[in-house]
Amino acid sequence: MASSDSATAMQVALSTERDALKATGGVMDGAIATNVKPSTPRRPAGESPADVRPERLRSADPDAFGVPTGREEEWRFTPLARVKPLFDAVPGAAAGLDARIEGEQDGVSFGPVADGDPLLDGLPLPADLLSARAASAPGSTTALRIDKAAELTEAVVVNLTATGDAVLFGHLVIEVGEQARATVVLDHTGDARYVGKTSVLLGDGASLDLVSVQSWGETAVHSEHLAFQVGRDARLRSTQVTLGGSLVRVLETVDFTGPGGDVELRGVSFADDGQHLEHRLLVDHSVPKCRSRVTYKSALQGDQAHTVWIGDVLIRAAAEGTDTYELNRNLLLTPEARADSVPNLEIETGEIAGAGHASATGRFDDEQLFYLQARGIPADVARRMVVRGFFAEVVESIGVPALEERLMATIETELERAFS
Amino acid sequence: MATLEIRDLHVSVEADGTDKQILTGVDLTIRAGETHAIMGPNGSGKSTLAYAIAGHPKYTITSGTVTLDGEDVLAMSVDERARAGVFLAMQYPVEVPGVSVSNFLRSAATAIRGEAPKLRLWVKEQKEAMSRLEMDPAFSERSVNEGFSGGEKKRHEILQLELLKPKIAVLDETDSGLDVDALRVVSEGVNRVREGGETGVLLITHYTRILNYIKPDFVHVFVRGRIAESGGAELADELEANGYAKYGVETAATPGRSLPTSPVLPGVVTTA
Ligand SMILES: Nc1ncnc2c1ncn2[C@@H]1O[C@H](COP(=O)(O)OP(=O)(O)OP(=O)(O)O)[C@@H](O)[C@H]1O
Ligand SMILES: [Mg+2]
Repeated sequence: MASSDSATAMQVALSTERDALKATGGVMDGAIATNVKPSTPRRPAGESPADVRPERLRSADPDAFGVPTGREEEWRFTPLARVKPLFDAVPGAAAGLDARIEGEQDGVSFGPVADGDPLLDGLPLPADLLSARAASAPGSTTALRIDKAAELTEAVVVNLTATGDAVLFGHLVIEVGEQARATVVLDHTGDARYVGKTSVLLGDGASLDLVSVQSWGETAVHSEHLAFQVGRDARLRSTQVTLGGSLVRVLETVDFTGPGGDVELRGVSFADDGQHLEHRLLVDHSVPKCRSRVTYKSALQGDQAHTVWIGDVLIRAAAEGTDTYELNRNLLLTPEARADSVPNLEIETGEIAGAGHASATGRFDDEQLFYLQARGIPADVARRMVVRGFFAEVVESIGVPALEERLMATIETELERAFS
Repeated sequence: MATLEIRDLHVSVEADGTDKQILTGVDLTIRAGETHAIMGPNGSGKSTLAYAIAGHPKYTITSGTVTLDGEDVLAMSVDERARAGVFLAMQYPVEVPGVSVSNFLRSAATAIRGEAPKLRLWVKEQKEAMSRLEMDPAFSERSVNEGFSGGEKKRHEILQLELLKPKIAVLDETDSGLDVDALRVVSEGVNRVREGGETGVLLITHYTRILNYIKPDFVHVFVRGRIAESGGAELADELEANGYAKYGVETAATPGRSLPTSPVLPGVVTTA
């Protein structure tokens, strides 16, 4: 395990190949030992990180970003021809999704935000052209506010839907007040072409379970920047469930504004024939003593089924005591499907509590199937049990029973199709 | 009365692109109600025999036959063999994340019995079987074998044996890694199945200590892929005293002293 003794920074950019892991010297099986002592200086002190990796640019100004060509690191996995209509569209006035919240609860308010509202200052900045356009489109912002110290007993469900060829832009701000506790479900349905930015502010000591479900219809194209800003001692658990849509590309960014933040980012996706489901994460540990856990799983079946998972975790020099681990598992149900998986850990301080990752992409585990079949369970039932189990670990801990049931039923339907 | 007949069984396994012959002519007949113990040095092919009977895809039958009451077992798929009444308690039971023990057991019982057991009766049946094996009821909500200790995995195997009541049970080193109490509990489970008189047991072991609990009717010495000698229970004591030297095994492989060879660990195929 790693132990070299000098300098100030270390970058570990890892692929899933073992040789590459070994080549970094400090890494074994994708896990990085605690208290890694940095080895090579990566950049002079004081230089802003955005200067180092242009793709990490954050700006509210759409003009700060160019239109991607496909050669950029952050776009190289995305079939640009299929997202081109999103880039070609010009955000119109108030053309978002139809957003409605189910039921009413004390301490919860939901509604449009006027341009110039102070809420719009101090939001986590957009990370690409599309999200910058979504956030700056006039009249595009809707806010879900949860009062300080509110303890919600019911999940707040926001239904987001649209259908049609027009490209829609929308900006949702979720503000969870200090010490509040809430579960929020964002449920995307319909056959929209949608560019979204969701800005999530967690006040100090707040606790949020956010579940975003992409249950789009077959032709939907969705690009999203889900930008979390996590206050001191706040707790976030985000679960992305991406089952529908022709192309879905979600970028999740996490910025910590105070120490003690605890973040769990989880996701499951099931890609069928022709679906491109992409999840990118950037967890920016810039303050001390925060914890992040990432668990993303996908199953793929059929020709041209494609999933992408990019897990960037940055531990800055100031972020002493950081504890992070990320895991990505991809299950290829048919050989033509393709899963790209790129964990990337950059560590600039030796004083961390732990940092590591694991990534594996493979077919069915023959030993698991053999075990189930050796108990009389027919092969197709056994396969279904294994995939169901693969997803159940994440889905059945969402904490909203009706939603868990609905999602497992959807997964069951996909499996019926896969094994019929 | 069920009878499993193994005739002149030759089995190879593919390793590093070449076929490696492991079983070199096994002859063995097991009838319901009988208990056969197989003892042999590490790497002699005992687990290979067990897997070949159960139908593990890694093992290729190059010649010979296996029949259960005259039916060709080798022509059956893995699950068909299990439904025909063959059960294998594995040396290294496999973890199946996200599949709960209760779901797994009920699915297995449904498959083996040909219909789903009535839920209320089943819950009771499973609970009672677990308590006989001194397993905490909390296990039923855990993922199959995931995070189980070695001993817990073995109890879970015997739990399945008791619930599925096979015609032929192959127990591959079920005693390895068990402490004295666990050995007693697990042996009692096997004996309850034996007392039913409907099951033939093939017990693979390195140690005579389990044979103090489960008295074999026959003991077979397994060397270099075949049975070198067969006898009664007294043969186990002779092996315990003299080891395998008389069978031309030069190593100091003695029952009770040898450790199992490392397993071929299951895992996902990792691609770049
Ligand atoms: N899947 C496999 N791939 C490669 N070699 C194998 C495989 N399975 C078995 N072998 C080899 O076949 C031989 C017999 O192995 P087997 O596991 O059957 O022995 P065993 O008698 O059960 O040993 P032990 O007492 O250590 O459990 C060994 O040399 C082993 O390495
Ligand atoms: Mg063995």
